[in-house]
This record gives sequence, C-alpha cells and structure tokens, in this order.
Amino acid sequence: MSLFIELVLLSLSTILVNNFVLVKFLGICPFLGVSKKVSTAIGMSLAVTFVMTVASACTYLVQAFLLEPFGIEYMQTVAFILVIAVLVQFVEMVIQKFSPALYNALGIYLPLITTNCAVLGVALLNVQEGYDFIHSVVFGFSGGLSFMLGIVLFAGVRERLETADIPKALHGFPIALITAGLIAMAFLGFSGMKF
Amino acid sequence: MQILIPVIILGVLGLVFGTLLGVAAKALKVEKDDRIEQITELLPGANCGGCGYAGCAALAEAIAKGEAEPTKCPGTKKENVNKIADILGIIVEEKEKTVAKVLCSGTCGKASVKYKYEGITDCVAAQRFGGGEKSCAYGCTGYGSCVSVCKFDAIHIENGIAVVDDKKCVGCGMCAEICPKNVIDMIPAKQKVFVLCKSKDKGAVVKDICSAGCVGCKLCEKNCPNGAICVTDNIAKIDYSKCSNCGACAEKCPKGIITKATL
Repeated sequence: MSLFIELVLLSLSTILVNNFVLVKFLGICPFLGVSKKVSTAIGMSLAVTFVMTVASACTYLVQAFLLEPFGIEYMQTVAFILVIAVLVQFVEMVIQKFSPALYNALGIYLPLITTNCAVLGVALLNVQEGYDFIHSVVFGFSGGLSFMLGIVLFAGVRERLETADIPKALHGFPIALITAGLIAMAFLGFSGMKF
Repeated sequence: MQILIPVIILGVLGLVFGTLLGVAAKALKVEKDDRIEQITELLPGANCGGCGYAGCAALAEAIAKGEAEPTKCPGTKKENVNKIADILGIIVEEKEKTVAKVLCSGTCGKASVKYKYEGITDCVAAQRFGGGEKSCAYGCTGYGSCVSVCKFDAIHIENGIAVVDDKKCVGCGMCAEICPKNVIDMIPAKQKVFVLCKSKDKGAVVKDICSAGCVGCKLCEKNCPNGAICVTDNIAKIDYSKCSNCGACAEKCPKGIITKATL
C-alpha cells in the first residue's frame, strides 16, 4: 500500500471510527462549553485543528530527539504539556502580530486550547501507536477534524434545542448531555470498521 | 545521578522555551492604546449594544480612535463623559438626554383581539402571524421583545403593554430598535406630556377596535396655546420643541390618551 493511501485511511478512521470527542471522549470540556452556536464551534475547532497539527509535529520531535535518547520517556506528560503551552502562547503572539483579523476571530479560544486534553491526547497517542513524523502530523490534523465534526454537529443540534419544547427539568445542560450521548451512540455505528 | 538527567533536560527545555517566548514577546509586540482600557472603565459596562458597537470595549476602541463621540453612549454618566473627554483632550458638546416611551394605551380589555396567539412569546415572531393578535396594526403587541433586549431592567409588560421605567431608562434605544410595531419612541427626558397612541387608522375604525385610541378629533390641536400639537394622518402628534408641558391637551382629550406625567 502506498504511503498516500495509508495516510488517507488513517485520517478517515480517526475522523469517523475513532472520533476524538464522540468515541475517545477527549476534549469534552470545550465540546460542551463552546457548542452553543455553530459559528463559535467552528472558530474553536479551527483553532484546535491548527494547534493539534503543530503540536503533533513538535511533540514528535521532542519525543524522538530528547526523551528517547536520554531514556526518560516517563517524563512525556510533563514535557508535552510544556511544549503545548509554549506553542499556544507563541502561536497566539504570531497571529496577533501578523493577522489581527484571525486573532480577533479566534480570540478567546486560543488560550483555552492549552487546557484542551484532546491536544495532549493526540501527542500521547502518537507515541503509543508508534507513528513516525508524517503519520503523527496527519493523525494530529485528522484528530482536529474529528473534533470539528463532533462539535459542529452537536452545536447544530443545540441551536435547534433552544426553541424546542423540552421538559422543564431537562432545560439547558441536562438535555445537552443527553444529546451528546445520542450523537456518540450514532458514531458507534462506525465501530468495528477496519480500514 | 540518574535523577539529575530528567531534571536537567526539562530544566533546559523550560529555559529555552522561556527565553524563546520572552524574545518573541519583545519582537512581536503589538502596540496597544492604553487609553482604550481607561475609557472602557468609564463606560457603563452593560454591553447593551445600543451604540451600534459590539459592546463597551469596542465602543471604547472607536472613541479612542476618534471614530465615535464620547457622548455616543447615552448610558454614560455626565461626569464620566467629561473624564473621557479629558483623556482624549477634547471638548464634548452636551447631548440632550432621551428616554424611551411606549406610545400605546391599548391595555388588556381596551384593545380588541382578532385571534388567539399561542406561539413563542416574542413580538417579532407574533408580528409574522398577521401582525400579532391585536386588531390594531399600530399598537404594542405585548410579548416583550423590548423587555428581553433591555440591559437596564427599565421596561416591563404591564397589563398587556410595555411600560418604561423613566428612572431606570438610560436612553440606549435598543427597545425602540427591536420593536416590530415601532410603537416605542425616544423622547426628550424633559417632555412630560405624551400622546399614547400611534394608530393612523381613521376615527371610526379606531373606535371599533380599541377604546383607548386616537380618533383624530382635533380637540387637542384647538386647545394648545403654543400650536405644538397637530393631527396629521389621523393621529395627534406633539412637536416636542414647541411644547411647554402645560397639559391643556391632556385635559381636553375625550379618550384620555394624552397624559401628563405627574412629577
């Protein structure tokens, strides 16, 4: 199998079969917090996708050239958090300087990503699965896309729920959790597929 | 010795990253106008959007750039407007304070309804179903779209129509903007006499559908000592620049829809 086909299949399976939010339950905080409107959901997931892709690349380099040669893989979590935090800060500064429009659009979401466990999750999964550099980057990017798919679908449903006739006890957060469960169940339909 | 390796590696990593961020912060510094923050503090902070900007911080930015007047926000106290002017080093002209007034007297029982509306409690939604349930096409629908946009808790539905609390109203004009009937007017705060009806229907039609509607009898017009009130399009209108708040029209109005606020 050529490398290209392999990468396409990797991203397909990440987006649908092993969806980060709905199957792996990573990044649940922004999934519930920033999903009231489709537009903000798209903004958040674009920022997450970007950071996850870059974080995958950086953490791979740290893992391969720092942690492994010195035999201190057990410091992964600490080192990765450090890398991700610095990366987010740096990206924020660069965007603020060179594209104020994009900075205003992503604004509040950028700093929030530091604490998004999906980003740390993708870095750790890369190591666990033993991906090389290209696989890591593709896995990070499609992980971001899977986050986007989940959160945008969910935001669309939540927008409709605003005007729906819901039992009073379920108003707001409870119905959101039930909806999230139902969407996750729908994604179970993909489970067992092997690419 | 074993324990020193991770300590050194992570320490160096942190040090490198820290220096990198420090250098980046200097190299990529974005000049920010510190006046924006000062002005934001002087604005009310309700983020009502009445000025047309996306919140108080956005207005502060526009004021600092000179795109908006410091008086743009009607909710800002006079002393704060002066302070903003001091920060900018300019002199501001005083703007007359206005308050919102709902020009309708068609409370429950007075105005007749043409059907029973059971949709969303929102005037804009109700307006789409044949202009709302009230027979009068000009009166207050009473579903409180204005109440939901008011950030100052100054407007409430009482007995089927919206009523503005003069003391709380800052004159931002959000309610007047959202009202699908255009029944809310922004009126100078010193004005005390109002025509509480906006119906342009002919007298006979108004009589049929509302017991508290202007029939265009012109009694007010004839009795005004200043020539400040006149009936055009079947509705009495006060010219606020000429009105002396004497209340002669209010006494003569057979329908009792011209009211003089008691002070």
